[in-house]
Amino acid sequence: MLFPAPSPPRRPSRVVITGAGILTALGQGWKPNADGFRAGSTAFRRVSLFDVSRQRVKVAAEADLPATLPSTRLSARQIARLDRPSTMLLWAALEAWQQAGWEATEDLPLVLGTTSGGMSLGEDYFRQAVQATGRHRQQATRALQYQSQVQARLVLDALGFNGPITIISNACASGSNAIGHAWEIVRSGQSDRVLAGGYDTLSQMVFSGFDALQALSPTTCRPFDAGRDGLALGEGAALVALETLESARRRGAAILGELAGYGTTIDQHHLTQPHPEGDAAAAAMTLACDSARLTPEDIDYINAHGTGTPLNDSSEALAIQSWAGRRAATLPVSSTKASIGHLLGGAGAVEAVVCLMALREQWLPPEIVFETPDAACNFPIVRQPQDARVNVALSNSFGFGGVNATLVLRRWT
Amino acid sequence: MSTIYICGLGAVSPAGWGVPALREALNKGEPLPLQSLDRPGGQKPLRARLVPSPAARPGFLAHQRLRRTSPITHYSAAAALEALATAPAVRDGKLRLGLVVSLQTGCVHYCCRFYDETLRDPATASPLLFPETVFAAPASHVATLLEHVTLAYTLVGDPTAFLQAVALGVRWLEEKRVDASLIIGAEETHWILADALWHLEREAVFTGGAGALCLSCDPQLSVGVQLAAITDPHTYSARLPRGRAARAMRDQLDGSNSDLLCDGLGGGPRANAPEAAAWADWTGPRLSLKRTLGEGLMAAAAWQCVAACDAVAGGRFAAANVSLVGGSQQAIGARFVAANRMPAATT
Repeated sequence: MLFPAPSPPRRPSRVVITGAGILTALGQGWKPNADGFRAGSTAFRRVSLFDVSRQRVKVAAEADLPATLPSTRLSARQIARLDRPSTMLLWAALEAWQQAGWEATEDLPLVLGTTSGGMSLGEDYFRQAVQATGRHRQQATRALQYQSQVQARLVLDALGFNGPITIISNACASGSNAIGHAWEIVRSGQSDRVLAGGYDTLSQMVFSGFDALQALSPTTCRPFDAGRDGLALGEGAALVALETLESARRRGAAILGELAGYGTTIDQHHLTQPHPEGDAAAAAMTLACDSARLTPEDIDYINAHGTGTPLNDSSEALAIQSWAGRRAATLPVSSTKASIGHLLGGAGAVEAVVCLMALREQWLPPEIVFETPDAACNFPIVRQPQDARVNVALSNSFGFGGVNATLVLRRWT
Repeated sequence: MSTIYICGLGAVSPAGWGVPALREALNKGEPLPLQSLDRPGGQKPLRARLVPSPAARPGFLAHQRLRRTSPITHYSAAAALEALATAPAVRDGKLRLGLVVSLQTGCVHYCCRFYDETLRDPATASPLLFPETVFAAPASHVATLLEHVTLAYTLVGDPTAFLQAVALGVRWLEEKRVDASLIIGAEETHWILADALWHLEREAVFTGGAGALCLSCDPQLSVGVQLAAITDPHTYSARLPRGRAARAMRDQLDGSNSDLLCDGLGGGPRANAPEAAAWADWTGPRLSLKRTLGEGLMAAAAWQCVAACDAVAGGRFAAANVSLVGGSQQAIGARFVAANRMPAATT
């Protein structure tokens, strides 16, 4: 029963990550992404998925999907109906699942974050409805498959498990909120295991929307750079397999890292602009670290939200400064949106996996394109590929609408 | 386990703005009149039940943040303020408030307007429209309007996600992260949604609006109703078809035939079949509000809960069950009882 729920354990469980799956414009799977992020590779190119000829900006980090699908339990009919977001979701879920070594079960929650999961199908529906009036072919399928919960159910069917599906749509914080929500489920004893993450794909409407807002960079996305002039969009998916430490040990599973803390707040300043002082962002970092029983002195790296827009980055820089205090001066920060763009609802999940990679392989992801630090940045930006001792990483995600989320990940040795 | 009290109800529906209008329409039990929604191309108009204009312009529309917002935000805000009207301590910012807004189709008006402009010429698409297209927009606006929201989530799913939203609000209360939780379910009416519903379920009539429940652990704030149960979410899968999921939900709900059942029947026979079968043995009073109001998706799920709580709060029933059998996700149910019916649990 969701209510009344079983009493939580006297001591919250430690939550570890035993599987991680990722698909971005850098590639499908851990290795190409780890290699790319470690080197600071960038993956932007002219958008081919829809017409951008009349857009101010014409590039994004468009992902290449593998030519063939992995073998799963999906029926031929389900496979035939897989759209781009579902396919990305499936690849990331399968990698996390296989890495965790989980087996089919009847009670495994799935928590996903997305902002526009099936938007491209919605666009197809709209175009046919207004441009080919009277033609109804495939509209019923689009109306159904467009919905995120239907895409989520494909993951259940593909991997052979069942359990409650929760879809969080807190704009660009969705992926982090989904993983944080899953962390709370495991920690509070509601479930021993949760599969969680986020996804979003490029769509014409969202691309056009950010372009209309003049939020897209007409040059190069350079988060925290004094000359930054906007963000770049990307697409992808990432999922993590979370479980209690006891569960992982009982199974003898390889532990990739620990999800140690989570904080979320709401900034009511403006629908699309953060509070200029970054108050709510700083509060999210504080809450996350408090829940992990850590202080800024314990943090070795911040994967910033760092969209590359003037307003976000100055606000986040002030938030980091006010939260970290003197520690800020030596605390390495970077935004991997410089490599793969902003994945919106998928961003927080992908960036959590990037942090996991940094913790596992002991490096920091650089922003190769970074040139001149913004005056508000009183912390070092990681500009070159470098090995580093990284024990604790913090990942920030801040969304349209004001929801902020911060995850704290710890190295597992 | 805490005792969770309902401390406020709100509704905007095709019956009107407010819970009394909803109650009156449901008491009459007659289907509300149908309106036509034109769709492009001169095809046969679609049937819908539209939310009537409010008797007076809502005061909250004067708020700077709400000036350009879409109907779904207006409905959400009105339902929220009504739900908080009976809980002044929450409304006036003396307590920490958690907000969970649940949506199935979301901000469709602005999505369609903006995408239409994009198709005509993306270079001139309005930047004012795009931010209002995101699922999180209503929650953001309502949080700003209420000022003292400390946690806000937007959940997306089929209408059953409304009870997941209630469960999330309960958890925040039990973890003492908030003092009250406001749960909203909302949809707006648009020809494209009526068109999509026509493709999926010919007999159903699309409608929009919002419903809201305010929850608290404080018995002083109670309107005389408490939450007794929310079942597991029985997710549909290759191995758990809708019918079995509906039955599993029904089996988790207590109740006698003197209790009220607020079910989700109202569409066509095929859509109704799993839920109808799950409750075939129910001989007690039953309220199928979609027969009166139409298919309001997440808003309808919220109205079911509001109607159940209102019936208990008004003393007409000692308990009410809510049955939600979603179209594409899961089956989930809840039970609300008079606040003095259950012994207070140890908090």
